[in-house]
Amino acid sequence: MDFSLAYTATREALPYMLGGVIWTVGLICGAMLLGLALGVPLAVLHVYGPWPARRAVSIYVWLFRGIPILVQMYIFYFGLLAWLSTLPLLSGLGLDSPFVAAVLVLGLTSSAYQSQIFRGAIQSLPAGQLKAARAMGMTDAQAIRSIILPQALRLSIPAWSNEYSILLKDSALAFTIGVVEIMARMRAIASTTHEPVSMTFLAGIIFFALTWVGVKALSLLENRVRIAGYTRQGAA
Amino acid sequence: MAAENQTPPVLEARALGKTLGGNRVLDAVSLALPKGCVKVLIGPSGAGKSTLLQCLNFLIPPDSGSILLEGREVNARSRRELCSLRQQVGMIFQDFNLFDHLSAMENVRVALMKVKGMSKLDAGELALAELSRVGLLDKAALYPANLSGGQKQRVAIARALAMDPKVMLLDEPTSALDPELIGEVLAVIRDLAQNGMTMIIATHQISFSASLADEFLFMEKGRVIESGSPAELLRRDSGSRTLAFCAKISELSGEAGEAGLAAGLGESVRAGVSVGAAGLGAESPV
Repeated sequence: MDFSLAYTATREALPYMLGGVIWTVGLICGAMLLGLALGVPLAVLHVYGPWPARRAVSIYVWLFRGIPILVQMYIFYFGLLAWLSTLPLLSGLGLDSPFVAAVLVLGLTSSAYQSQIFRGAIQSLPAGQLKAARAMGMTDAQAIRSIILPQALRLSIPAWSNEYSILLKDSALAFTIGVVEIMARMRAIASTTHEPVSMTFLAGIIFFALTWVGVKALSLLENRVRIAGYTRQGAA
Repeated sequence: MAAENQTPPVLEARALGKTLGGNRVLDAVSLALPKGCVKVLIGPSGAGKSTLLQCLNFLIPPDSGSILLEGREVNARSRRELCSLRQQVGMIFQDFNLFDHLSAMENVRVALMKVKGMSKLDAGELALAELSRVGLLDKAALYPANLSGGQKQRVAIARALAMDPKVMLLDEPTSALDPELIGEVLAVIRDLAQNGMTMIIATHQISFSASLADEFLFMEKGRVIESGSPAELLRRDSGSRTLAFCAKISELSGEAGEAGLAAGLGESVRAGVSVGAAGLGAESPV
């Protein structure tokens, strides 16, 4: 292997590869937020809902945990969304874009995992707090919103940061349906420069850097919202 | 107590029944709390004291019987009636149940804002006033993790008082406290009683409650099997179950002192039982 050639190729490929970062960041931001927006209500239903709701959440979680992301990408992109975008009402919404399909798949899968993170955090809180809130006349919805979730979400941050790093790496699968994120660009540029090894290394380094930045940011957030003297064993 | 006939009791339970896991935890228990009256529930663990208290505000829904607030039956199926009952019935738990993510002041303030719809400013002012009432104004900014057990329980009392309840239910308020911290909480409770708060207290602090209670209710196996004034039930020759139970407690807690009992009861009682009086005279450390 000629290192000087590899170096030149890598340096020239860098701007193109970094262009993929925008797509990757877009994918994981969209997916994490979708996962959060769905994961919290799913967790609340899973803990406090009536049994049919609990059952439905269970099935949802099993489904998205049980089907590989790659398979889901194909189902969503080539099947579900392709079909939906032919409907007159939904055509023109851009549902047939690979980016939308990838965000949906990653977000829904993440919501299944996130719901379990939040559920664990909710269940690790002492049951007496909900009781005390009820005893003062709060409705369950008020108690969950202002007593349970603020604590559960704080406790969830370490596991959430883990979920972020997993999701980041899962996002590389989006290249299979044509999202031009880091992985897709790596493959494209590897075949034109004939430097697959160095390009793979470069992609690896970029993914690593993104993981590091995200996990650090979440750990800063964790410290920021930490409550004086408050620790709970068994959290996360 | 004399007013019982004219005005309805603040809180009344009629024939409450509850079965949990095949056990008859409450067996047709009735009780009435006239205004300003302090009743004390005594009895062995598992007698149903805690269940009874939690049935009074439907934290545990009773299987049968009814709850009357100022003479009006509460319809627990109506969420509004239920929340209104709970606002008017303050509850203190053995484990304090403070909200760990909120400071002492915020713990008191939160329900004022959420339930009573008060503004943040008004609620905060009232919260500070209630905290100062229990001697914790200087701890207002601290989180529960940085408070002692006694302080936590006093915050919990302030939190309940802030809702301006008509009656307080205290479920073993000192049982989770280290002995040296019990006194400060009992002092607050005594203060409440002297200010005319209607209360029902489940406790093992016999001598303390004897000095405070209008009536002792002795529970066993889901029933109130004895009731009467402390002096009556604890008289040496009364032969009551209550006396035997209290004597046993005092035996276990050692010869903790007869002085406390004497504060509330006559000589004959003092001779009859020597009951643990931990912390009765203790000063609040604040």
